[in-house]
Amino acid sequence: MSEHRSRDGVQSGRLPPEAYARNFGDAHPPMTRHQALVESDRCLFCYAAPCVEACPTSIDIPSFIRKIATGNLKGSARDILQQNIMGAVCARVCPTEVLCEGACVRNTAEDRPVAIGALQRHATDWLSDRGIQLFERGAPSGKRVAVVGGGPAGLSCAHRLALIGHAVTVFEARAKLGGLNEYGVAAYKVAGDVAQREVEYILGVGGIEVRLGQRLGRDLTLAGLRRDFDAVFLGIGLGAVNALGVDEPALDGVHDAIAYIERLRQTRDLSALPVGRRVVVVGGGMTAIDIATQTRRLGAEDVTIVYRRGPAQMSASAKEQDWAQTNGVRIVHWARPVRLQAADGKLSRVEFEYTRLDAQGQLAGTGERFTLSADMVFKAIGQVLVRDGLDGHADLLDIDSGRIAADAERRTSLPGVWAGGDCVAGGKDLTVVAVEDGKLAAQSIDRALRAGVQETTHG
Amino acid sequence: MADLTTTFLGIRSPNPFWLASAPPTDKAYNVYRAFEAGWGGVVWKTLGEDPPIVNVSGPRYGAIYGPSRHLIGFNNIELITDRPLEVNLREIRQTKRDWPDRALVVSLMVPCEERSWKAILRQVEDASADGVELNLGCPHGMSERGMGSAVGQVPEYVEMVVRWCKENTRLPVIVKLTPNVTNILAPARAAKHGGADAVSLINTISAIMAVDLDAMTPSPNVDGRGAHGGYCGPAVKPVALRMVGEIARDPECAGMPISGIGGIATWRDAAEFMALGASNVQVCTAAMVYGFKVVQEMIDGLSDWMDAKGYQSVAEFVGRATRNFVDWEHLNLNYTVKARIDQSLCIQCGRCHIACEDTSHQAITREQDGKRHYEVIDAECVGCNLCVNVCPVEHCITLVPLPIGTVDPRTGREVEGYADWTTHPNNPASDAFRPAAAAGRSGP
Repeated sequence: MSEHRSRDGVQSGRLPPEAYARNFGDAHPPMTRHQALVESDRCLFCYAAPCVEACPTSIDIPSFIRKIATGNLKGSARDILQQNIMGAVCARVCPTEVLCEGACVRNTAEDRPVAIGALQRHATDWLSDRGIQLFERGAPSGKRVAVVGGGPAGLSCAHRLALIGHAVTVFEARAKLGGLNEYGVAAYKVAGDVAQREVEYILGVGGIEVRLGQRLGRDLTLAGLRRDFDAVFLGIGLGAVNALGVDEPALDGVHDAIAYIERLRQTRDLSALPVGRRVVVVGGGMTAIDIATQTRRLGAEDVTIVYRRGPAQMSASAKEQDWAQTNGVRIVHWARPVRLQAADGKLSRVEFEYTRLDAQGQLAGTGERFTLSADMVFKAIGQVLVRDGLDGHADLLDIDSGRIAADAERRTSLPGVWAGGDCVAGGKDLTVVAVEDGKLAAQSIDRALRAGVQETTHG
Repeated sequence: MADLTTTFLGIRSPNPFWLASAPPTDKAYNVYRAFEAGWGGVVWKTLGEDPPIVNVSGPRYGAIYGPSRHLIGFNNIELITDRPLEVNLREIRQTKRDWPDRALVVSLMVPCEERSWKAILRQVEDASADGVELNLGCPHGMSERGMGSAVGQVPEYVEMVVRWCKENTRLPVIVKLTPNVTNILAPARAAKHGGADAVSLINTISAIMAVDLDAMTPSPNVDGRGAHGGYCGPAVKPVALRMVGEIARDPECAGMPISGIGGIATWRDAAEFMALGASNVQVCTAAMVYGFKVVQEMIDGLSDWMDAKGYQSVAEFVGRATRNFVDWEHLNLNYTVKARIDQSLCIQCGRCHIACEDTSHQAITREQDGKRHYEVIDAECVGCNLCVNVCPVEHCITLVPLPIGTVDPRTGREVEGYADWTTHPNNPASDAFRPAAAAGRSGP
């Protein structure tokens, strides 16, 4: 009788209490040892394996899978983590269907790739369950590096720098490290506190000082960091959300998807988290999928994603779209919001206009409209870089397409400043790419610091 | 529909698939189930003298696996039957009475003394068995007691025991040979000289399956120790085929029927043994892994294949491949093949490339226009078959012969007609031997 599925408005406790653990627990249970053995046997140990080429962090996938098959789980985890220190979370959140698994030759052979993501989870879980630390801090170099942002890019950079021997200070604006792994990814993808366990594993190497509650532009300045440290890495992500492009009166029920997911991720008792009976999500990326699916799993009755273009243009993969639909989410393509309607100061309906591509290939409204009843509308239409955090020196940092410009080594236009992850231009907004950015930047920072040492030695 | 009826040493069975002497044929219960499933005959698990032997109460079997835990090799340290002789004989008599159309041969192993063999042969005759199979092959446990392979490894003993048996029974005598010898022809010929009606082979191969690295003991681990056992299953089929073929083509053994044993799991395996000279086959491991029902695929598959090939009876293809089993020196050295990769079947795994590149002849490309692309370079390809063997897709890579008269881009020479090593100028033993020419060539 505690079920309130059909109540109008934004309500908490829509589901029976036991449903929450089920809905927000592991979406895909881990492989058993037997499953892992059977699956690992399917790997063909390809030459110059396409899966490795498709992995942004270049994990030697055939080798780690072969080690699972031979019972060498520790070696398997080492193969993974030395290329991608966030291998445990990436095993869960990577869109493998467009990365390693998408490239697997088994797709050609029999239409079903080796389950690389699940196998990677098997190996990294094995290691995590045993608390085995594979890495060791390098001999102190005497150099100090500031890492701004404790998300995947920053932590990856910090870990690699610590392995080399540089002293790292991580400045994080929030109360916890982990970035989007902790605050932004759907809960059922990273069940069981895996994000924090990974953070602890990374810090476990030593040599990484953490300063929480330190926001660039409020508590820190880039100029100050450049003055106090030998190098600075910016892994600050994207702090602001795009606007809908329509009038957004101050209405109850209009939400930023990222902020709501963050709240959901940090809520212990999800039955206390209010959610609408009818939910509309505007957007076409992973965030749109994650907010739509999670509101459904909180008990929303009708959840509709509206995207202004077609399925092929959605940045959420086909598998992600299927996942949302399997969860009872409806996806409407080729429509854009034109008006938010209110009743009693609360959102009541969202009006949309159908879209199409005009003769010039530009998106255009058709003039035909429809409305969807909604207690909540979520904006999931991409994020933007918060530039004022860059100490008023944003002009000195070259910006490209609204994000920080960085070269192949993740050097910015400012000497001594590197950047990576979602805040730099040209990325794919993926955890795994952020990890690779941090790794590349750390290697570049090390080269620069060594060159600097030589200069002073010989100078 | 093809006729699968087989007559082996005058023993009729509805099909050529017999269960070998082994755990599946230790009791009437199992044998009845086997006959119900369709097996054409059984060789009853080896009888010995009372008091019965004692088996270990720990593990008797071990296995090695292929992908997905498919069992490809099997091992046992079980001995002959551990039930009283009288119990077995009583069950044998009843089984033959209830299943008169099935072959029922009894395996025997007693001490190497004539009176022991004479005594047990009389009892088996009384039990109305169709024939006997002398277990001169068991490589573990019994061999240390002077039986099994301890006899089978000494041709003189083989001949002696066979002679005793032939003198003391009217039943057909099959000699089961051990593969644990240097040359299988020695015991096979000895069996023939002793008067054996047939040989069956192979018995199991002496083997240690694995080492338990925690206990530091061979496995199966029996309370901290391991003994060698007898190895069988699909992995031993090639060893068995070769030994069957050797005997089948041996002029001294000519006319002696062979019952083929060793890793037979499918109709195709059976057909291969028979094509190489076995008149029927015996199976154990496949039944132990899958149960007796597995024979139905064998019957069905063999029958359909015979229909497709136009064979009316099994006798029509028994031994058809024997004459093509030759020594290396009679292989055509001018026969030239090149690997061909069917690009429409290629899944781009690159295994052919790396196998050829690292370990063979650098004859397969890896890319074309910056993309993965695997193609054979005829000027380097020696036609070795490695790429075919490592390719995960059946029929994707094939070997295509170069017609006589075409130029092999690797050697720059025209492909000629048949010529083998016996006539080759590099062969010091050939009439054409020319030391000067040979010096200019590279060795094999």
